[in-house]
Amino acid sequence: MSKISVTDLDFFYGKVQALHNISIEIPQNEVIAFIGPSGCGKSTFLRTLNRMNDTIPNTRADGTILIDGANINDPKTDVVALRRKVGMVFQKSNPFPKSIFDNVAYGIQINGIHSDKADLAVRVEKALTDAALWNEVKDRLNTSAFGLSGGQQQRLCIARALAVQPEVILMDEPASALDPMATQKIEELVVELKSQYTIVIVTHNMQQAARVSDKTAFFMLGKLVEYNPTDKMFTNPNEKLTEDYITGRFG
Amino acid sequence: MDSRRITNTVMTTLTAICALGVVGILVLIIGYIAIQGISSLSLAFLIETPKPVGEGGGIGNAIVGSLILLSLAAAVGIPLGIAIGTYLSELGDGWFGTTVRFVADSMIGIPSIVFGVFVYALVVLKQGYFSTLAGSLALALIMIPIVTRTTEEIVRLVPKSMREGALALGAPEWRVTWDIVLPAARAGIATGAMLAVARVLGETAPLLFTAFGSRFYNIYLDEPMASMPVQIYNYAISPFEEWHAKAWAATLVLITLILVINIVVRYTTRRNY
Repeated sequence: MSKISVTDLDFFYGKVQALHNISIEIPQNEVIAFIGPSGCGKSTFLRTLNRMNDTIPNTRADGTILIDGANINDPKTDVVALRRKVGMVFQKSNPFPKSIFDNVAYGIQINGIHSDKADLAVRVEKALTDAALWNEVKDRLNTSAFGLSGGQQQRLCIARALAVQPEVILMDEPASALDPMATQKIEELVVELKSQYTIVIVTHNMQQAARVSDKTAFFMLGKLVEYNPTDKMFTNPNEKLTEDYITGRFG
Repeated sequence: MDSRRITNTVMTTLTAICALGVVGILVLIIGYIAIQGISSLSLAFLIETPKPVGEGGGIGNAIVGSLILLSLAAAVGIPLGIAIGTYLSELGDGWFGTTVRFVADSMIGIPSIVFGVFVYALVVLKQGYFSTLAGSLALALIMIPIVTRTTEEIVRLVPKSMREGALALGAPEWRVTWDIVLPAARAGIATGAMLAVARVLGETAPLLFTAFGSRFYNIYLDEPMASMPVQIYNYAISPFEEWHAKAWAATLVLITLILVINIVVRYTTRRNY
């Protein structure tokens, strides 16, 4: 069974329809890349998967989004519990105005995951280690998160997301503001994390999609144009539109 | 030099002169008060209660009175203002929020004496006596809208991305506000609270109708209470040279007090991270 199963999803910003009839199956422990030109709805779609669009007034989603068989688009869904299960990393790193340690500890604390202080420290270390940041920050855990470089801040945000033990991680162009070295680190991380998590990553970088993902979905004008294994998408896509986009003929 | 450089130099010089002018006026005012007041300043002046002309006397009871009035007003006005401001920023987009915002803006524009008369009619006349509590109430009413509006502006400045980051971890909205947004806005909120404190510490008119004034040390909240602005007023309108000097000295103490409170608040609420 798929981890996430979306059927006939429409999404509206006020009267403007941003997503048309999206249906997609996302299997467990794979990396799925969403590609497409700016404004095609890929970020909007990503944000429906943890109901983050709820924070924007006058938006509406119709259709079903099953995660582990439960329809999270149901108004009765506990969005707090949902977001703990479906973590998110944003385009711009957004650390809290707290210490490095407290940034990672925050999610653990509000969800009451830890048993005591020692356990909290262990969990913070594990999350930072999993995000490949521990060695760089272990001697300055109590200093401000704003003192880190851009790439480090983004990995801190990944560590923060990992710390609450989600099952799915949504990444909205996580490396778009980073230099090639930092980008490479994030990409390696994505591939490593796949064994434990289901990852959905939005990217504008075609090579990045090809490097990290198992399956790729191509969106345009709010529609899902093609969804296939990444190898096939980049060598022999079904749709002419996909090929034109990937080869850079438009977009 | 080409014209762009000339324009640049002229404009830079002009703005620098304007800035110097503003700072200069401030320095002049404080300097003048200091020169006028410093001669009457003594330990006795800071401790003693007012006495008849020629017998010395000071503003000890007025300092204590002002601090008590201010503490009570701040204990009510600042938390309430922060709460209302946070509400307006986070949830106040509907008609109710717009109304509250309009009321707060209007209240900021109301002359302070009106608050004094309002409390006089509502509390003092009903109770039949002037009291510290009535004075603090008038001051709190002046503080609330100032703290409300500055808090709202500052809390709005906290980036949306920071809130989303916390929401995405499974934090309920109220915890995002409490744990992330308010701490991030702490320094700005403190500045707003300081503005309100500085404003009411210098208010005379609303206190004349409420706390009234007193020639004695007092700690009872249901009795009239001395305060520095009222004491300055009393000293200043007298026909005696000696009392005029005391008014200057009291003004110097008042300004120093505001400065000290300001520095302490800034130091304790500065950003740690």
